[in-house]
Amino acid sequence: MDSDKEQTALQNTSREGENRRKFLSKITLGVGSFVAAVLAVPVITSMLDPVLRKKTPRWRKVGSLEDFEVDKTKMVSFKDTSPYKWSTEISQTAAYVRREQGDTFTAFSINCAHLGCPVRWVEESELFLCPCHGGVYYKDGSRASGPPPRGLFKYPIRVVGNNVEIKTAPIPITNMRA
Amino acid sequence: MRKVLSKIWNWIDDRGGFSELAKPLTTHLVPPDATWNYVWGSATLFCLVIQVVTGVALSFMYQPSAQVAYESLQYIQNQAFLGSFIRGLHNWGASGMMLLMGLHMIRVYLNAAYKYPREMSWISGIILLAVTIVMAFTGQLLRWDNNGVWSAIVAAEQMGRIPFIGNWIAYFLLGGTNIGGETLSRFFAMHVFLFPAIIFMVVGYHLYLVFRNGISEPPKPGRLVDPKTYRKWYEDMLAKKGVPFFPDAIWRDAVFSALVFIIIVSLAWFIGAPALTSKPDLTNVNVNPSPDWYFSWIFALFALMPRQIESYVIAFGPLIGGALIFALPFISNKGERSPLKRPWAIAGVIFVILSISSLWYMGYKEPWSPHFDAKPLPTTKTVGEFTASEKKGVELFNTVGCLYCHKINGHGGIRGPELTNVQKRLTEDQIIIRIVNGAENMPAYGGSLTKEELQDIVDYLMTNDK
Repeated sequence: MDSDKEQTALQNTSREGENRRKFLSKITLGVGSFVAAVLAVPVITSMLDPVLRKKTPRWRKVGSLEDFEVDKTKMVSFKDTSPYKWSTEISQTAAYVRREQGDTFTAFSINCAHLGCPVRWVEESELFLCPCHGGVYYKDGSRASGPPPRGLFKYPIRVVGNNVEIKTAPIPITNMRA
Repeated sequence: MRKVLSKIWNWIDDRGGFSELAKPLTTHLVPPDATWNYVWGSATLFCLVIQVVTGVALSFMYQPSAQVAYESLQYIQNQAFLGSFIRGLHNWGASGMMLLMGLHMIRVYLNAAYKYPREMSWISGIILLAVTIVMAFTGQLLRWDNNGVWSAIVAAEQMGRIPFIGNWIAYFLLGGTNIGGETLSRFFAMHVFLFPAIIFMVVGYHLYLVFRNGISEPPKPGRLVDPKTYRKWYEDMLAKKGVPFFPDAIWRDAVFSALVFIIIVSLAWFIGAPALTSKPDLTNVNVNPSPDWYFSWIFALFALMPRQIESYVIAFGPLIGGALIFALPFISNKGERSPLKRPWAIAGVIFVILSISSLWYMGYKEPWSPHFDAKPLPTTKTVGEFTASEKKGVELFNTVGCLYCHKINGHGGIRGPELTNVQKRLTEDQIIIRIVNGAENMPAYGGSLTKEELQDIVDYLMTNDK
C-alpha cells in the first residue's frame, strides 16, 4: 500500500531530514508570497492611477457678464477638473450660477447634498428640487425641506474682465458632520 | 461501430480520468430526507452559470468606452440578433440570483444549518452575498445611461458618510473626483474580471465545504447539535441510511433549476431588460435616477429615515448589520436547529421580509418625490366660474411648484397632503402661515411669493369646489 510506504518514510525521517523539510516549505511559501506580492502591485497601482493622478482645479469660463441677469439663476456647463485629452461629453459638468448683483455671483453644485442626485431649478417658485428623495433648497442654496443635511455646495466663482469663471471642483461628497 | 466507440471512450477515460472525476458525486452520501427545501443553493449557482454565459455573450458586442458604450448597448438592444433576449437573460438571471440567494439564506437560517460544523459555509456564503451585491451594482452602471451614472454618484455619496475616510472611498469608487471614462473602465474591470474571479474562488470553496462537511440533515425538534458528538453521529447516520448524492438528491436540483431556467427565459423573452434611459450627460438635470428592484428598498429607506440619524445609519448600518450576520455562527453554533423550537428566528425572518417588502412598495410609489410631470390643473371650473383672483391662484398653484407635491382633484404629486378640501380643515390664516413658513417637509414660500400672489393662492384654496 502506498500509504504504508509513506508512513514508513515519515517514521524513518531523521531529525535532519525534518529540518530540511521545514526549510524547504519555508522557501516555497516565501517565494510564493513574494511573487504574489509583486504581482499584486500592478493591479493596485492601476486601480489607483485614475484616483491619484495629478488634478489641478482650473478656472473655466462659463459665460460673459451679459449672459446673466441680476437676481436670476441659470445653469451653465463646463469641463471638469482634469479630463483626459480624449475625454468627450462625459467630462462636461454643470452648475447653477446666480447673479446676485453687479459683479457678485454665486455658483451652486447641481448635486443634491443628500445623495448627489441632480437638483432642478424651478424658476417660478425660486426653489431647487431634487427628484430622488424630495430634497428642496431655496434660491440661496440653503436647505428648505426634505432629507438633505445641509444646503447646496458652492463652487468658487469670479469675474475677470467681462468673463464669468468657475473654479472646477470634485463632485461634492456630504460627510457625516454636514 | 459500437465496439470502436466504446474502445475510444475507454482510452479517453483511462488516460483522462473523467469517470474518476465524477465518481465522488456518486459515492458522496447525503441524508435521505433532504428534499425540495435543499434546491435554493443549487438554483443560485445555476443562475451564476446563466450570468457567466450571457455575460460572455454580451461582452462580444458591448464596447466599454465612455464615448460609445451607450450606443453599443442600443445596438445590442435594438438591432443585434437575439441581442435584447441576451440582455434580458442577463438581467433576469441577476434578479433570479439575488432572489434565490435570499431564499437560500433564509432556508439556511431557519434550519440553523450554519451551526457546527458548517460555520465556514455560512461565512463564505455571506462573502458570496456581498460579492453578488457588488456585481448587481456594478452591472447597473455598465448600462452607461443616465440612471447608471447617477447610481454610481448616489453610491459614492453613501460611502462619503463613513467617518474620516469617506471622501477617499467615494472618489476611489468613482475612479477620481469626477465621473469620466475611467469610471466606466473600473466598473467594467470589476464586473467582468475582478469580482467574477472572486466569485469563482469563493463558490468553489463553498461547494468544497458542502462535500467536506456534508449537507445538513433536516432538523428535528429536540435533536440538538453537540460539537463533541455531531460529526460521529452524522457519519453513522449516513452509513446507516445515506443515499448517493448522484442521482438520488441531485435530480431535484436539476428539475428545479430547469424550472428556474424556463421562468428566466420567459421573462427575458416577454419582458426583457429594463429600457435604457437617456444618454449619460451630467449637464442634463431632467432625469429621475432610480435603482434596480433589488436596491430600491434601500433607496426608499433614505427618503423615509429621520434625517438626524441618517448619516449614522448610512455609515454604520451596513457595518453593524454585516458584522452581526457574519458573527451569527459564533453567537450560537450548537443546540436546537429546528425552527419550530426557535420562534424568534421565524419572527426575525418575517420581520425582515415585511420591512423590506414595505420599503419596496414605498420605493415603487416614491411618495417623497416631487411629480415634475404632474398634469396642470384646469384654470376653468366645470360649474360656475373662478374670480380673477382665484384664477390667478390656480395658475400660480400650477407654476410655483405646489402641484408637484399636493394633489387637487386628482392632479399633482403626493408628497404633501391633498388639498382638494383644505378649506374644510384649515382657516385662511392657518393656510397663510403654512405657505409663508413652510414645514419640515415643505419649503417656506414667504420669500418668493408677493403678498398679492399669496392672497390669490389662498383665495383659490378656500373655494369650495375647485
